[in-house]
Amino acid sequence: MLLKIEKRSEYSRAMVYVTPLLALVLTMLSSIVLFHILGVDPVDALVNFFVAPLNSAYGRSELFVKATPLILCAIGLSVGFRANVWNIGAEGQLTIGAITGSALFIYFPDTDSIFLLPAMIILGAVGGAAWAAIPAYFKTRFNANEILTSLMLVYVALLLLSLLIHGPWRDPAGYNFPESQTFSDSATMPILVSGTRLHFGTLLALLAVLGTWIMMARTLIGFQIKVIGAAPTAGGYAGFSQKKIVWFSLLFGGAMSGIAGISEVSGPIGQLLPSISPGYGFTAIIVAFLGRLHPVGIFFAGLLMALTYLGGETAQINLGLPVAVTGVFQGMILFYLLACDVLVHYRFRLNTARKAAL
Amino acid sequence: MSGFDWIVPVILTIITAATPLVFASLGELVTEKSGVLNLGVEGMMLIGAVSGFMTATVSGSYILAIIVAAVAGGIMAFLFGILTLSLMANQVATGLALTLFGVGLSALMGQAFVGQPVPPLPQLDIAGLSDLPYIGPILFAQDALVYLSFVMVALVSWFLYKSKSGLILRAVGDSHDAAHSIGYSVIGIRYLAVIFGGAMSGIGGAYLSLAYTPMWAENMTAGRGWIALALIVFATWKPGLVLVGAYMFGGITILQLHAQAAGLNVPSQILSMLPYLATVIVLVLISKDQSRIRKHAPACIGKIFHPAA
Repeated sequence: MLLKIEKRSEYSRAMVYVTPLLALVLTMLSSIVLFHILGVDPVDALVNFFVAPLNSAYGRSELFVKATPLILCAIGLSVGFRANVWNIGAEGQLTIGAITGSALFIYFPDTDSIFLLPAMIILGAVGGAAWAAIPAYFKTRFNANEILTSLMLVYVALLLLSLLIHGPWRDPAGYNFPESQTFSDSATMPILVSGTRLHFGTLLALLAVLGTWIMMARTLIGFQIKVIGAAPTAGGYAGFSQKKIVWFSLLFGGAMSGIAGISEVSGPIGQLLPSISPGYGFTAIIVAFLGRLHPVGIFFAGLLMALTYLGGETAQINLGLPVAVTGVFQGMILFYLLACDVLVHYRFRLNTARKAAL
Repeated sequence: MSGFDWIVPVILTIITAATPLVFASLGELVTEKSGVLNLGVEGMMLIGAVSGFMTATVSGSYILAIIVAAVAGGIMAFLFGILTLSLMANQVATGLALTLFGVGLSALMGQAFVGQPVPPLPQLDIAGLSDLPYIGPILFAQDALVYLSFVMVALVSWFLYKSKSGLILRAVGDSHDAAHSIGYSVIGIRYLAVIFGGAMSGIGGAYLSLAYTPMWAENMTAGRGWIALALIVFATWKPGLVLVGAYMFGGITILQLHAQAAGLNVPSQILSMLPYLATVIVLVLISKDQSRIRKHAPACIGKIFHPAA
């Protein structure tokens, strides 16, 4: 081999910041090829994807609307990923959060108490956490792989939502459409800026970023998570309980995703529908990695991924590109990021040593 | 005789539901035996499903379609190999990326083919034998891939436990440092195992879009790639048990479909949950016995290999 990969004695701090940008550039370059194959002008397509959605104040506000569930889910997942707890069922936890949060309104639709919405948000968090508690229990009690159990529960959660809105929770005045009643004002997230859809949930996401940042940097549990993730044996000697971290990561991730779910249905959607998320819970996995599992990084990565959703819609309207391009785009970014990340711990060297020896 | 007439169609549909799982699980089993965990099975199956379907609609040749599906799955797995084997990326994260990418890419590729019908995979027809009551349609009137799936189970068992190459592959999966020090190319062997896994997932996917439901729809695998991964744990990494597990899950899938069709007084969503719930329950029951898992699981699974030069 001409190139040799050599382990760095210490990981490169600079590369931690450089590789996400490098991945983005490589994704852009690859997408030029992709757009070419799809028969649209690459420059035109890139402008539609990354610039056009931000041309108006409304567009910029939509960026935050779309980023809200992504950031919330990704923040929750990142804590687990740091501890090597692979919860990939955020989509299911989001769905259950939406269901449990909405339950309060569905059963008490006439309440106009100011406590209704806060109670819904809390119930959403509890529901998401409870759903994530299932893989946590199976993992800690029976050693069942949380990747597979959390993922299987996504399908169960989606079917449960479908069951409810096709059955008991269907709006009686809704002409038999599988939808719940439209949420009342007191069950709806307040709008922050009039004329936009920017809602209270976005503030919750920002709060989650800030809170998690403090938790990971300043608290004992944050420290334990980092130690268990980086060196499980050392964590064991220090007396940190692996099981406790599994429980905490999953409950925390579930709660965040649950809040994302209720903030979607009582925010931009305004009712329960058969489909309440275009895969936010899965895209959040990309957001978490792209944000380097750091709350602040996740904030920016969330905005970027939100832009790919908006850009996909814009490109569909203006250029007739299929929406699926967004998914390809998101997948490519993560691929390139993981590939580039080799540079964090390793460096490439021209393999000259062997020739010299000969 | 008429009382048992329903049995034959039920068994036939169980076979079609189980076959994609057999292929995907068996491929991933070989990958895992070499010490690599590829969580991208779902993504590779989708790419196999869409590329096989496209080839079949355009060319009309099923043989070509299956070859293309295998190659497409293999290419996806090769990408995974570059990242995890050459660039030493985290296998869990890369597998997830492969699935997310596969979901998106297959949706994009199949855009123009959604809702198009394709005649299902042709079935064997041996005059006399295929017409035998009961056993005729079950044993002598399947499509080629069903027979191939059984052949592959036998081949993989033989390869892993009776051939020298299989022994080397298992050695690489159980102790890459030892295998490396006696001069085997750990990375090279793992590349082959990963690509084989991808090709098998691709064929499994193509079976879904060409035989199980002869059409293409976005995300049509509906979690089967993940179920295939769970089956390997269920089978404690034994090819024969993978076959048993796949037919068990095929059975659960089909029984709930038949129950829905028969108008059982249970909401269809509850019945549709069964295969996923069964997967969770089976995982829990099997994982409970950690000593058994540890005895059979490849010791180096998921671990990155970087030869200390």
